[in-house]
Amino acid sequence: MKKKKEIIKEKPYKKKLIKRRKPNRSIIGDIFIYFMLALIAVAMAFPLVYAINSSLKPLDELFLFPPRVFAQNPTLDNFQDLFVTMGKSWVTFSRYIFNTVFITVVGTFGHLIIASMGAFVLAKYNFPGGQLFFNIVVVALMFNGYVTAIPNYLIISKLGWIDTYWAIIVPAFAAPMGLFLMKQFMEGIPMSLIEAAKIDGASQWKIFIRIVMPNVKPAWLTLIIFSVQNLWNNKAATFIYSEEKKTLVYALQQIQSGGIARTGQAAAVTVIVMIVPIVIFILSESQILETMASSGLKD
Amino acid sequence: MKEYLKKYFVLRRHNMQVTWKKMKQSKGCYLFLAPYAILFLAFYILPVCSSICLSFTYYNILEPPKFIGLQNYINLILQDDIFLTGIKNTFLIAVITGPLGYIMSFLFAWLINELPRWIRTIAVIIFYAPSIAGNVFVIFSVFFRGDAYGYVNAFLMNLGIIDAPILWLTNPDYMLPICMIVILWMSLGTGFLSFVAGLQGVDRSQFEAGYMDGVKNRWQELWYITLPNMKPMLMFGAVMAITQSFGVCDVTMALCGYPSTDYAARTVVTHLFDYGFSRFEMGYASAIATLLFLIMILCNKAIQRLLGRVGT
Repeated sequence: MKKKKEIIKEKPYKKKLIKRRKPNRSIIGDIFIYFMLALIAVAMAFPLVYAINSSLKPLDELFLFPPRVFAQNPTLDNFQDLFVTMGKSWVTFSRYIFNTVFITVVGTFGHLIIASMGAFVLAKYNFPGGQLFFNIVVVALMFNGYVTAIPNYLIISKLGWIDTYWAIIVPAFAAPMGLFLMKQFMEGIPMSLIEAAKIDGASQWKIFIRIVMPNVKPAWLTLIIFSVQNLWNNKAATFIYSEEKKTLVYALQQIQSGGIARTGQAAAVTVIVMIVPIVIFILSESQILETMASSGLKD
Repeated sequence: MKEYLKKYFVLRRHNMQVTWKKMKQSKGCYLFLAPYAILFLAFYILPVCSSICLSFTYYNILEPPKFIGLQNYINLILQDDIFLTGIKNTFLIAVITGPLGYIMSFLFAWLINELPRWIRTIAVIIFYAPSIAGNVFVIFSVFFRGDAYGYVNAFLMNLGIIDAPILWLTNPDYMLPICMIVILWMSLGTGFLSFVAGLQGVDRSQFEAGYMDGVKNRWQELWYITLPNMKPMLMFGAVMAITQSFGVCDVTMALCGYPSTDYAARTVVTHLFDYGFSRFEMGYASAIATLLFLIMILCNKAIQRLLGRVGT
């Protein structure tokens, strides 16, 4: 009892102006490091600032040379023009949006489930052929995508998927990066947790859904970011011919390539294309931080 | 000798039976893996294998492929001087930007991890921005313009360091360094994000145990606690760094032109693109891809071995 009282007394006394976050960090080191980080961050933030600013510039400023980074008289004219052009297109714009959203949502969701299922058994069970399969997946990541374009096209046309959404969605299910990422994260889950669940009578599927997946939440949120970014930016130009099945990015880039008169709209397009991945990114990033408190694994 | 062989075969059969039993036991595992495995086989393994097969043929996309043995590889190594330039450039870029970008990704992710929540989210977005923004790196060509209006030239001339503008993107001496700067600037991508997520999963109690055991400064903590906990993500980051740094082509093509002066900025993938999609010699392009593939696998093996020693 005595000891406890002493500690309580000491606590308010220890409060300082600058609090050390952790006992083994020097304050000078902290200041120096974060100052450097801030400097680098300014350089890294440049593309975002530049892209957003040029979408706000009126036409005469866009052609100013040498170009200025910040807009002098910011306007939203470019966005307005863009919406007018979008309204005039032959296929309604909501259709393009539907196409992209459908491809992105279905592709990401399927990829998440299929890749995590595979990653789960590869990470946590020892079965003949598992290690070999995983090695093949890692190696396949390294083969250059350009030369596989033709065989890929042949396979998809044999399946009869040319000019359908599946030509983009189904190959995205099996992207090797997702499996690799999930497997690496699942390796951190202690085997004792899975065995405990097994003894309690959980089936393999239940272990996967109830125990493994909640514990690797940061991993699958990261996977969602990668997958959405990838599918959202997919122009689908090789596999899809009909105009009404093209994606939003494709349509926007058509507007963008409309020559010098559309420079302002092109800048607006860049911003719109960028915004969706960033929003998804912010949403999932805040989710990643939430899991920190809830996961209490101990081996 | 005969007995020896017999024994060997008996042993073999026994091993096979054990494996078969194991396979039967882990039926559930195969069921879990099956959907991924089937799709992966169809859309990744099959195309890669057929590309490797195509590398032994002459194939111009229109006519059916003609088998020519190792001729593609022989031409590639013995006759194609531009390919050798490409190999040299790719190695230079990979050796410099690969490890640097990798270390940068980890360091930044690690430093950011200790910041308060909202600052961290903003910091992650800012550092990841060049990867989201697609081809914004094209504006670097405005910076490094060859005339006196380019920012870098104007800046240096105002300071009096140079008296005539430098042709940054046309002079072979400057092309590669500029490309490397731009690639480094974009290198906080996939690996960085996975590190950020991975650092969230490190068990807090281990750090507390570390303080008790006398971990003196942040670097000791990094080496003895954080890095060993991050090993799986480090492996992932390394593989991604290899694929990205050996696969460089769009930055050099956008900044230095395609083809660049004297082929000074040609990388292996640019060469592949040239043969595959400008000259339609798919067989030759496949041979280039296969060679690059082999180099990358070797590189990966070496790095995995290095990473195995982390934290010991």
